[in-house]
Amino acid sequence: MLKLENVVTHYGNIQALKGISLEISRGEIATVIGANGAGKTTTLKAICGLVGVTSGKIFFEEKDITGKPTPDIVSSGIAMVPEGRRIFPRMSVLENLQLGAYLNNDKNDVRKDMERVFELFPILKQRLKQVAGTLSGGEQQMLAIGRALMAKPRLLLLDEPSMGLAPMIVSSIFDIITEINQSGTTILLVEQNAQMALSIAHKGYVLETGRIVMEDTAENLLHNEQVKKAYLGE
Amino acid sequence: MFFQQFFAQVMNGLTLGSTYALIALGYTMVYGILELINFAHSEIYMTGAFVGLIMVTVYKLPFAAALLAGMAGSCILGVIIEKIAYRPLRKATRIAPLISAIGVSIFLQNAALLVFGPQARAFPANFSAAALNFGFVQISSLQLLILVISVLLMIGLHLLIHRTKIGQAMRATAQDKETAQLMGIRIDRVISFTFAIGSALGGAAGVLVGVYFNSADPMMGFFPGLKGFVAAVLGGIGNIPGAMVGGLILGLAEVFGAVYMSQYKDAIAFAVLILILLFKPTGLMGRRIQEKV
Ligand SMILES: Nc1ncnc2c1ncn2[C@@H]1O[C@H](COP(=O)(O)OP(=O)(O)O)[C@@H](O)[C@H]1O
Ligand SMILES: [Mg+2]
Repeated sequence: MLKLENVVTHYGNIQALKGISLEISRGEIATVIGANGAGKTTTLKAICGLVGVTSGKIFFEEKDITGKPTPDIVSSGIAMVPEGRRIFPRMSVLENLQLGAYLNNDKNDVRKDMERVFELFPILKQRLKQVAGTLSGGEQQMLAIGRALMAKPRLLLLDEPSMGLAPMIVSSIFDIITEINQSGTTILLVEQNAQMALSIAHKGYVLETGRIVMEDTAENLLHNEQVKKAYLGE
Repeated sequence: MFFQQFFAQVMNGLTLGSTYALIALGYTMVYGILELINFAHSEIYMTGAFVGLIMVTVYKLPFAAALLAGMAGSCILGVIIEKIAYRPLRKATRIAPLISAIGVSIFLQNAALLVFGPQARAFPANFSAAALNFGFVQISSLQLLILVISVLLMIGLHLLIHRTKIGQAMRATAQDKETAQLMGIRIDRVISFTFAIGSALGGAAGVLVGVYFNSADPMMGFFPGLKGFVAAVLGGIGNIPGAMVGGLILGLAEVFGAVYMSQYKDAIAFAVLILILLFKPTGLMGRRIQEKV
């Protein structure tokens, strides 16, 4: 469903991704784990067209989306939950959700999608009129995920959804990610929290300073000695 | 007697202030979305006045048509300026678009000098004011017209920004451009649109002030432009209600200040600017802290 072939990106003269290749099939949860600065966020931004690709190709559902403008990529069926949530802090919860459905002009349809988001995150319905910047960290993460779902993505990109959240909230968010996946959305999850990510993923990649150094089933990676030592703190 | 004079001064202040507010909105909208001071806004305002003037003198159109034409002229000019002078510099250092803005401003002043000559042009006499009597107070019909039009434009802007999809996209783009794109918003279009609206408001101010003072000249944008900028800073740059309030306060301050020191009328705006920068640099309605999540 998503395929990256030798993707290279630069920030100025600095090469951030040094030739990334990965492939995600429909219906699965794939994860990219790696330390801070490895290039996880850059990988997701390259997929969304937020950072330019110097060389290499990105295909989504067999179509070449390399170098396309971000709104076109979003309308083709990819949504992202950015690192640090990036909700619109001075807008209400409702407006944040509406913006997620910006490309959908069918009001009834938007309302139905919003109901689905409320089923996943009932707290958002109670907070609908509240200014998003005043939500707790966990609620903001739920809003960021809900907002992305409003775009009806077939592929959902998640950038460190566990960041800065208490373990209990992290596990409930990861349950919901699994639920979203089971209702048919393919997921690419990028995480520093390797334990959590590998426990819900089908497949995993290990990213180190802009290179994929390992790829395997999540199950195998969880039991891999090197991964255990470097990322699972064992 | 005292009350009548006081009321007349309040009306003068509000009239002037509402035009400053219209100009300030252009600065503040552009700043809100690009963090750029559009120094060419003075000339966008001047262009509005000239387009309005041409409509009434050459084409003999009524005031309403001249106002709309002035707004349209400024709107188009603003969009073009953004496209050729600012957009190519969007990833450059912050100072680059600022220098570009000053360049555009000087270029447009000189272009207007070339086309219209340095002397001021007058609007035809049938635009002069009649006094309206409301019992014990008198209001000039022109002042009333300017106030009503300014208020209507500001209400319109408020509705646009808070009740429409493009307004929501403008607010999202101002808050976080990258995330706005992830929502599917084409931010280049939104930025163009912001320049269009801000410039149209500046053009409206140009026509209104041109008619009010019965004159238009290539340098006419200088002081109102600066004062509109001060009004925007006073209200909190980037803050739309702030620009409206800042404009009105500045207009009133100028009119009442001029009672005591008329020769320093234009200096009042700068005194206000210095005081604001010293004591409340975020402006009256500016955000105290920059929210970054
Ligand atoms: N906007 C930027 N400008 C310059 N360098 C950047 C920028 N964003 C990220 N980098 C660099 O690119 C590398 C990868 O960063 P990133 O993708 O954010 O890593 P991760 O998400 O895995 O923490 C890091 O070395 C980082 O310093
Ligand atoms: Mg990151």
